[in-house]
Amino acid sequence: MSAVAILNIKRGGAGEAQYHEIHEVPFEPGQSVLDALRWIRSHLDPSLAIRYSCTSANSCKECMVMLDGKTVYACTARLEGREMLVEPLPNKTLIRDLVTEIAPPDERL
Amino acid sequence: MTHLETDVLVIGAGGAGMYAAIEAARGGAKVILADRSLIGRGGATIMAQMTVAVALGEQEPDDWEHHYADTLAAGRGLCDPALARLLCEEGPEVIREMDDWGVGWARQDGSKRGPMKQAFAPGHDRPRCVYVDFLNTGPAVSKTLRTRLIRTPEIRRVGDLLVSELVMRDGECVGAVALHLATGQPVTISAASTVVATGGLTRLYQRNSASANMSGDGYALCLAAGAELVDMEFVQFFPIGHLAPRLIGMDPIMWDPFRYKLGGRLLNGNREEFVHNYGASDDGKYVVTRDLATYAIVKEVEAGRGSPHGGAWLSFEHCSEAQLRAAAGPVIDRLAKNGIDLTKQAIEVAPIAHYHMGGVKADASMATRVAGLFAAGEAVGGANGANRLSGNAITEALVFGRKAGRSAVDRASRQGAVRADASVFDVAAARLLRGKSVRESNPAALIEELQSLMQKEVGPFRTGAGLGRALGRIEAIQGELPGMKPPAGKPYDTELADWLDLSTMLCVARCVAGSALSRTESRGAHQREDFPGMDAAWQTNQVIA
Repeated sequence: MSAVAILNIKRGGAGEAQYHEIHEVPFEPGQSVLDALRWIRSHLDPSLAIRYSCTSANSCKECMVMLDGKTVYACTARLEGREMLVEPLPNKTLIRDLVTEIAPPDERL
Repeated sequence: MTHLETDVLVIGAGGAGMYAAIEAARGGAKVILADRSLIGRGGATIMAQMTVAVALGEQEPDDWEHHYADTLAAGRGLCDPALARLLCEEGPEVIREMDDWGVGWARQDGSKRGPMKQAFAPGHDRPRCVYVDFLNTGPAVSKTLRTRLIRTPEIRRVGDLLVSELVMRDGECVGAVALHLATGQPVTISAASTVVATGGLTRLYQRNSASANMSGDGYALCLAAGAELVDMEFVQFFPIGHLAPRLIGMDPIMWDPFRYKLGGRLLNGNREEFVHNYGASDDGKYVVTRDLATYAIVKEVEAGRGSPHGGAWLSFEHCSEAQLRAAAGPVIDRLAKNGIDLTKQAIEVAPIAHYHMGGVKADASMATRVAGLFAAGEAVGGANGANRLSGNAITEALVFGRKAGRSAVDRASRQGAVRADASVFDVAAARLLRGKSVRESNPAALIEELQSLMQKEVGPFRTGAGLGRALGRIEAIQGELPGMKPPAGKPYDTELADWLDLSTMLCVARCVAGSALSRTESRGAHQREDFPGMDAAWQTNQVIA
């Protein structure tokens, strides 16, 4: 049984005007928000900037975003059959779209 | 443009790269440790769930020669003896050093300093594998090494650096050019020695157990720089990767520790045990080797006896809740959050790409044939031959990392500073900056297409026809690549990162499929349906230059 989730994603680069983009994403119950973001990149728009590496193990700690106003890891937040608001972390420097500066200061260039 | 200078450049901050950086700094070198993700959080090491094979003799008397004999037997005649010996002989030293650094290997009496627990794993002649509870080996190893890095001021850690090219001058490797993801700008790094510790290639496959940055970067980088690749056809599939129901926040190889501790029953779609029909025993104990279990599961599915999602059932329903909790601790609660109660339900498992036996050809000092270029960890091919023993990967990462760090610092101290002639770096940086901004195809979609193709045609079971189809499509996509490169310059440009990854993955996929097509026999992890059985004439390693 497939369901549909609607992701309302806040996008834009540093110093640019932010805008919201809405995508409908098919999913099977149990999938994560990161699954949906990856689906959008490979099926609709590869320019959507997200960051992750472990994909579903919650070990890389890279995929942190705001989901409906709460800070979550996109890989452990479950997708639901409704509209969900995904935004970059508000307390970190924005790099682009959902990517913010999360590296420790002494590991930056 | 940013230019950095160092004695030793280490590319990749998993277990091998971190150990290499620590060892090089210990030898007196200035080190840059670069990774495309966060330092010490990407790669495969952090994903490891349990076993680290090492002849410590703490559980039962043991000697590195017994571990070596088991490694050679698992490798089906193709192990590089010098590399396999290095792994087994120096394993105890690095595992004890990790213990001194506080990694927390599980102890027999639950204390902090008593004899270590060593678990039995398939293919080993005795209990040999140390681990950190619960399912925490990889995170503990990574955290311990990260802590050492932070305490070593000679090491500069730089994340978000995706290395696109090794830079050569007069036949020697003199550093690298990288895309700095956060700014989108090229960064050049000159180094007397460069260590490639970028891990394996499991991202080439649709179903895999490693992180998304395991695209075979080091293989493509080293091949382009003139180094050789060896044993590229040998991709290990982990037989019981998690298949269903969908889990979040759990690594798909998580069932391995459960099997080490509790055995578990592997059942087909009719809920019957089946591994014994393929010449192995699996009577509630975890003894069947990875290649044979993979074969048995795939054949049951082909015969219409798979589980609903196309794998096998793994059942711990015979275990009590107390037994499960003793084996897996808080992981039982994470399973409950995913709606899974192992006392009441079996879960579905299937083979997933897990490790690559092949890789960069290096000698026992981790030197490639290119001066100034070293490799370490899974990026190195040959130690495990045609099939890797469970538990050898972390040991290999640490031993080879330490060795590469030592060799790199030796060369750097002989060599002195690299000449600050920037022209070779500028040429490579210019290649990153070139491109066109108008998108005609989606590199993320092409990566997914390649992953499906590799899973279907270059997976655990191969045929000449399928490998031919794979090579045809790989070459066709390679033909489209040059026309679709985005220019560097945009912060966190995932399209450019995908394009670079796609380019790498196609190069590496071609090596795997090409080597698999040439090898007209079945051996270890390389199984040809049109050439069943080992052929003595093929007891040889294929090298790509």
